[in-house]
Amino acid sequence: MITDIRDTPVWRSIFRSGQGDSNLNRAQRVQQNVFLHLASVKVRSKALEFGVTWYLGTLSLGCFMVLVVTGILLMLYYHPSVPQAYLDMKDLQFVVSAGMFLRNLHRWSAHAMVLLVFAHMFKVFYRGAYRSPREFNWVIGVMLLMVTLFLSYTGYLLPWDQLAFWAITVGSNIMSAVPGLGAKARFLMLGGNTVNANALLRFYVLHCVILPLAAFIFLAVHFWRIRKDGGLHTGEKTHE
Amino acid sequence: MAEEKQCEECSRRRFAKTGLAAIGVAAGGSAVFGYQFLSPNALYEPSPVVDAGKPDRYPLDSVTPDVASGIYIVHKQEGIYALSAVCTHLGCLTAWKPELGIIACPCHGSKFHPDGVKIEGPAPKPLPWLKAWIDDDGNLQIDRSETLPQKQFVRI
Repeated sequence: MITDIRDTPVWRSIFRSGQGDSNLNRAQRVQQNVFLHLASVKVRSKALEFGVTWYLGTLSLGCFMVLVVTGILLMLYYHPSVPQAYLDMKDLQFVVSAGMFLRNLHRWSAHAMVLLVFAHMFKVFYRGAYRSPREFNWVIGVMLLMVTLFLSYTGYLLPWDQLAFWAITVGSNIMSAVPGLGAKARFLMLGGNTVNANALLRFYVLHCVILPLAAFIFLAVHFWRIRKDGGLHTGEKTHE
Repeated sequence: MAEEKQCEECSRRRFAKTGLAAIGVAAGGSAVFGYQFLSPNALYEPSPVVDAGKPDRYPLDSVTPDVASGIYIVHKQEGIYALSAVCTHLGCLTAWKPELGIIACPCHGSKFHPDGVKIEGPAPKPLPWLKAWIDDDGNLQIDRSETLPQKQFVRI
């Protein structure tokens, strides 16, 4: 029956390649799919072993996906305005069904993602997987680390409680210590001289639109480069 | 070899069955979870009950619009009544035309008598009468969430 469905004109208009009955067709099914084309057509079985990667990159991606889903749901009950943001955060905890669960899922996934991204980078570093021809993907990875940290930092302000306010006050003052540009950069980031309504709105836009978009773009390049650089670094060449 | 193949097939089938069942349970749970999350438990909307103040604010044979609440307070010989100012066509806010003595909707041209009955236009129903009463402090109260099935005046 599945074969029949796959031979219908509708199916073939969506998935152009035929059935996976030859290596060419199997390869085309991956390459002709916008989602799958980032992945390698062929993967060495060694690359799938736990010991090679500890699956740290995949786990980071998993955290990111959890954060996107829970973040979108949290946005449905959150207004980025003063003092409504704090009240909305409290409503999410005590009024909205499953609000506490989603908020904590978002928070713990964020912590886990920072941890996993660092662990991923250490693993890549100590296995020497950053070396040629993968050196550019290391650079993309550093960009992704930056995006992860900025996402954490901008999300920190959104509950609009005392911790958030002083954390961003301290953080933005650290930023202003940059020689020459620091004070101006702080002014632009906060949209003013103090952490106020403008800062909350800017951090919200950064956190919910600009940084996730940047993360998606860098992630796409990151995964595509894995394929282009010859798959995951398994260390097979040096060991055998 | 053949036996090994057989066993692999059967375990794969069991894996697919268990997996699909687990995905089904997760999808069902997510649907319930999602529905509950999306239904707000607290609404920050204005109360449907409007305090219209002392009834002697409304002189005899007058129609007083309250644009903020979307109602008219009408004082006739028989007593006071409250009329919804929300057009029954597509929900626009109607306007009282004192020079013509009618209620007119600016969106699609429905016109009504001050008792809510339609004169012309696309509105399918008359403007509903709203539940009105005098509370213990002598203030006129109107409940916008309750329409009256038949005309009912508040006597003062």
